[in-house]
Amino acid sequence: MSHAATDPATTAPSTSHDDRGNQVYVAPGWKLTWLRFKKHRLALVFLWLIGLITIVATIPAFFATMDPDDSRAARAFRPPQVIRIVHDGTLTLPFVYAAESARNPRTLKLEWTVDRETRLPVRMFVKGFEYELFGFIPVDRHFVGIPPAYEGSTVHFLGTDRLGRDQWSRLMFGTQTSLSIGLVAVAISTLLGILLGGISGYYGGLVDNVIQRIIEILQSLPPIPIWLALSAALPRTWSVTTVYFAITVILALLGWTRLAREVRGRFLSLREEDFVSAARLVGASKMRIIFSHMVPSFMSHIIAAVTLAIPLMILNETFLSFLGLGMRPPAISWGVMLQEAQNLQSVVNAPWLMIPGLFVILTVLALNIIGDGLRDAADPYAN
Amino acid sequence: MPEEVLGPNILEVENLKKYFPIKGGFFGSTVGEVRAVDDVSLYVREGEILSLVGESGCGKTTTARCILRAVDPTSGSTRFRMKDGTMVDIAKLKETELKPVWREVQMIFQDPFGSLNPRKNLLEIIGEPLYVNGIRDRQTRMNRVAELLELVGLRPEYMHRYPHAFSGGQRQRVVIARALALEPRLIIADEAVSALDVSVQAQVLNLLLSLQRRLNLSFLFVAHDLSIVKHISHRVAVMYVGKIAEMAPTEELFRRPKHPYTAALMKAVPIPDPTLRNELKGLPGEVGNPANPPSGCYFHPRCAYATEICKTKTPELRTVGPDHSVACHHAEELNLDGIGELKSSPMTEALSQPDASTGNAPPS
Amino acid sequence: MNEDRGDVVLSVRNLKTHFPTDDGVVKAVDGVTFDLHQGEVLGVVGESGCGKSITMKSVMQLVGKPGRIVDGQILFKRNRDGTNTEEVDIAKLRTNGKKIREIRGGDIALIPQEPMASFSPLHSIGSQIVEAVMLHQDVSKQEAKRIAIEKLNEVGMPSAEQRFDAYSWQLSGGLRQRAIIALALACNPSILIADEPTTAIDVTTQAQILELLKRLQREHGSSILFITHDLGVIAQLADHVVVMYLGRVMEQGAVSDVFTHPRHPYTRALLASIPSLHSEPRIELPTVAGGIPHPLQRPNGCPFHPRCPDAIPGTCDVAMPKLLDVEQSKVACFLHHDEAEEADA
Repeated sequence: MSHAATDPATTAPSTSHDDRGNQVYVAPGWKLTWLRFKKHRLALVFLWLIGLITIVATIPAFFATMDPDDSRAARAFRPPQVIRIVHDGTLTLPFVYAAESARNPRTLKLEWTVDRETRLPVRMFVKGFEYELFGFIPVDRHFVGIPPAYEGSTVHFLGTDRLGRDQWSRLMFGTQTSLSIGLVAVAISTLLGILLGGISGYYGGLVDNVIQRIIEILQSLPPIPIWLALSAALPRTWSVTTVYFAITVILALLGWTRLAREVRGRFLSLREEDFVSAARLVGASKMRIIFSHMVPSFMSHIIAAVTLAIPLMILNETFLSFLGLGMRPPAISWGVMLQEAQNLQSVVNAPWLMIPGLFVILTVLALNIIGDGLRDAADPYAN
Repeated sequence: MPEEVLGPNILEVENLKKYFPIKGGFFGSTVGEVRAVDDVSLYVREGEILSLVGESGCGKTTTARCILRAVDPTSGSTRFRMKDGTMVDIAKLKETELKPVWREVQMIFQDPFGSLNPRKNLLEIIGEPLYVNGIRDRQTRMNRVAELLELVGLRPEYMHRYPHAFSGGQRQRVVIARALALEPRLIIADEAVSALDVSVQAQVLNLLLSLQRRLNLSFLFVAHDLSIVKHISHRVAVMYVGKIAEMAPTEELFRRPKHPYTAALMKAVPIPDPTLRNELKGLPGEVGNPANPPSGCYFHPRCAYATEICKTKTPELRTVGPDHSVACHHAEELNLDGIGELKSSPMTEALSQPDASTGNAPPS
Repeated sequence: MNEDRGDVVLSVRNLKTHFPTDDGVVKAVDGVTFDLHQGEVLGVVGESGCGKSITMKSVMQLVGKPGRIVDGQILFKRNRDGTNTEEVDIAKLRTNGKKIREIRGGDIALIPQEPMASFSPLHSIGSQIVEAVMLHQDVSKQEAKRIAIEKLNEVGMPSAEQRFDAYSWQLSGGLRQRAIIALALACNPSILIADEPTTAIDVTTQAQILELLKRLQREHGSSILFITHDLGVIAQLADHVVVMYLGRVMEQGAVSDVFTHPRHPYTRALLASIPSLHSEPRIELPTVAGGIPHPLQRPNGCPFHPRCPDAIPGTCDVAMPKLLDVEQSKVACFLHHDEAEEADA
């Protein structure tokens, strides 16, 4: 260890000269946050999952195997088809068995039997129905599906619903709707929360008092009846897109209060920090203090809070749509899909209709765990 | 000890007051006030270190912060002599007019962890005063930051490191470097060394003293530790419950304190020398409450010499000798003990033996 | 060493308390040895990270997770009824077992740094002292109350009978600290551990509390383990002193000896670097080079060697010197002897 004994003050606090130490010394805050987040293995795994789901939500048609609105009574309530790689004891490329339907002469119910003779190959990047990628690039390739040569046969990984629509494809499109409603609603409420919380925390006094009282009133309203009332008030004649935006706004307008409190609290405590005083005393402007010192200091906390708010929004949308008060067919969302599984008959006869519920649970769980991980890592300077 | 030449007053504080309202009730109406700073007057000469000493809650930190408007005072004036010789009353300036003053008055904070933004590296931290005061060229800033780091005894290569890479003492050097960036003439140091470990405290004290000499800085040094105050300052002002109790040159104050509180404070400090072990004398009772101070002289309930007049009449700060002022009705009558002549004890003698100080004892 | 010291009541032998973390093991206490004698005030002094607080916590088996006593003994002479003495190795007791709970508060009592946190704000201080008395002694409630008031009087609580019903938040800092000392004394412990008891209070109040502790030691022959970073407090209060640095004992001995003839370069530097009320003003103070290393980056050999002006290259940076008798005190430094500790296996 070489020590500058003649110049005592200039020795580093740690006598380590390894590169890792040096890297940590010059690492900015976000990097330290990431290093800490990475230690949370479960959150990291779920981060990958959310990444995957986000990709699905961006280009659902690519992952769909057929048009989600393509209905045919003859395909109704078809059970999920399992992708297999073993046929008659030999390993082959992935395929599904075809299925045949026949009406039960006594119950008059359509019953499906697996045809173990006919194999339908499952391939990646196959041609299928045409769609427009990002709304303007015409494409007909899909992630998985059966080759066009097998025209007339369809594959249903997650079965079909009452109208014979493919659940897998609908789930892909539903992901887009549900996730984007969650994200947009959270984005709007974040904006409102940061703005109102920031004003409240920075200016204090009367403004703060008024905003805080509004928040208290909003928080004391029972949310479920309010949503119900507001959604029920949406005219039936509105188009799917308008309803979509209306629902988003309703969710956002009631959801910003918690974040506003969080932001206000951060502002209040940061305002008292010595480094903020120091910045003021060297002549930094208000804007500079807010955007260069205060906002970066609580940004990671805000990101964590937002991550934890998204699953709530997703649940809210699902809940409203499930009750028939949110998104309405022909829109596809997780809640709309779950509406199909509302009665006992369909749950008994077609339990696969509940699969979208699993997706909701998985997504919400993943976002919650990521949010927890972020929250723990948000302040890398504690201790 | 050679007398150092001291210039004219660089700072004159007069009747400074800071009352914090106590809010109560549903609508947050004011139900009382905390007299954190209650009519404080003091001055600092050019090139002088004035220490402001007192126990916690006596208002010394608030006084310091009011002077450079980190906190807005309730009333009073703080006149500061700018580089060009004009006097400005900092207390009367508008928020927007403070920037030029802050180029000449800077602050060093107590907590070396809280006063540096952990998300910025040293270049950004020390460069910020330069940037906001018009030095936009990054290279110029880097050069100046390197100079400043060297001035405070840190390696210039460290400028890309973040505060978490540094120990308390080193962070305090960074805080000092930032305060020096704009070449101020008056530095207000708020408990600048009290958060540091003993072995590091001395390094920072040495640094402050050498900077003071080299750059002819004036200091308002806020502290609670009497031995540090005695070591560093030319003059000392003792505060008790928002008021100045006594103000005098250091030697004079420690040898002949005139205020009973000053004397009591000296008696209460545990001296790190077992050969000078004596009965530590605490004061009866507790420090007065600035929200509800005692009548008359705030110190009278704890004072051994208090008489009737002390209970009713608040003593004014008055001059009793050259540069020596006291706020006590009985200052002239009392004969209080200071810490006595500068004498050496068996311990100081043992420690100052050349053999011991170099520590070259041979291995047995 | 001095022969006129009382019996050893607490003997800490080669105590090691480590904290495994994600980045490595923090050896907060790494081989600490000292004896506390009957009726004396033993000061443990050191800067941040020296392990003085963890040593104290280890003695009471209060080390929080993930910390663990990994080695060493804490031999405590337990003497409840005044006749039979049993020797207990606290290091071997379970952290929350029956025995340590009896000892904690009963035989060894703590005077904490922050008295506000030690009293429940929901119960009066008197009822909390009564609770402590009844927990450790087989007495009636009236008797317990009598003892509590007696203890409050003993610590100089003015109008103790009325204050018995006061809540901790109604008391000022100094009175609260007195109340906590009364609580500590409630069960006539044989050892008092004071963890920076005056750091949170003002100088003039601190002096009162130090006087009180001195009086307790004089009048009751209490054995006090006093932990502080303030050399002044040690000089004024303690009989013996243990100087710690980075989890090791550097030097120990009688205060009068160590302060006048510091033998370890660290002790010497520490004493020289504090400005005294009697020293020349505005001179340059002698300093210790550098800062205290991060606990995860302990230097090899003697932990002080990178900052030591007298370090012997090839010796001090390789092996840890043993803590051995040097004249009247004990020193762990190769300048005074050449016996090294065996390296860890």
